[in-house]
Amino acid sequence: MGMEQKTQINAEEGRQDLVITREFDLPLELLFKAFVEAEFVEQWMGTKVVKLDSKKHGSYQFETINHRGNKHGFSGVFHEVSPNRKITRTFEMDNTPYGVQLEFYSFEELTSDTSRLNMHVIYESVGQRDQVLLLPFKQGLNMAHNRIQDILGKLK
Amino acid sequence: MNLRRDVFQALADPTRRAILLLVASQSMTAGAIASNFDTARPTVSKHLQILTECELLKQEQTGREVYYQINAKKMKEVADFIEPFRKMWDERFNTLETVMKKYKSNK
Repeated sequence: MGMEQKTQINAEEGRQDLVITREFDLPLELLFKAFVEAEFVEQWMGTKVVKLDSKKHGSYQFETINHRGNKHGFSGVFHEVSPNRKITRTFEMDNTPYGVQLEFYSFEELTSDTSRLNMHVIYESVGQRDQVLLLPFKQGLNMAHNRIQDILGKLK
Repeated sequence: MNLRRDVFQALADPTRRAILLLVASQSMTAGAIASNFDTARPTVSKHLQILTECELLKQEQTGREVYYQINAKKMKEVADFIEPFRKMWDERFNTLETVMKKYKSNK
């Protein structure tokens, strides 16, 4: 249905996993670098990298501060870091009910200037996957709600 | 919220998505829809029931036949519903692309 989109999500009913696929206008080496080096992660994720030890048994810790000044922590552990090929890691949003997710990143060269990322994410349950999938939708609703509140507040 | 969730789950099934694509071009009877699938007729009926209950399909009585047609309004709503998650990742990856291209040209 519709146009071919650059980033695609495949999330089937009743499953506790989802797949995110994206083709990049970047050589494979640069795509991979973006996931393992702190200076790049900080830039594209818009997060502070507290720790990033991109190797087997290594761990990472990110921190973001949202527009309301609330701090959010993200962390996990690496199980495999094979340069330009694969990353296996866990991911957790601290202090949330979404649990720990297992992530498999596969990197693939398409041409000397293009590459593809396949992200397979597995959740603890179907319910947790659905909650994470719905999160941006709910945030969108909240943001719309907050905007209305702000406007109403100014009118008082 | 619950209703939206049901719609989302209804749409996540490949057979049900195929049914929606099929009736998107023209309204069809249950029999005509079923003839397009290898699946048993009662299974297709069950899918049609789920799609109708969550309002992705509309039923229309013409003489003795019941025709199924797509509910475009609902479809639009659902497309918008999963879109924020896709968009979030799409925007992140667009930024990644920009950041790495800049790094490449500065090297």
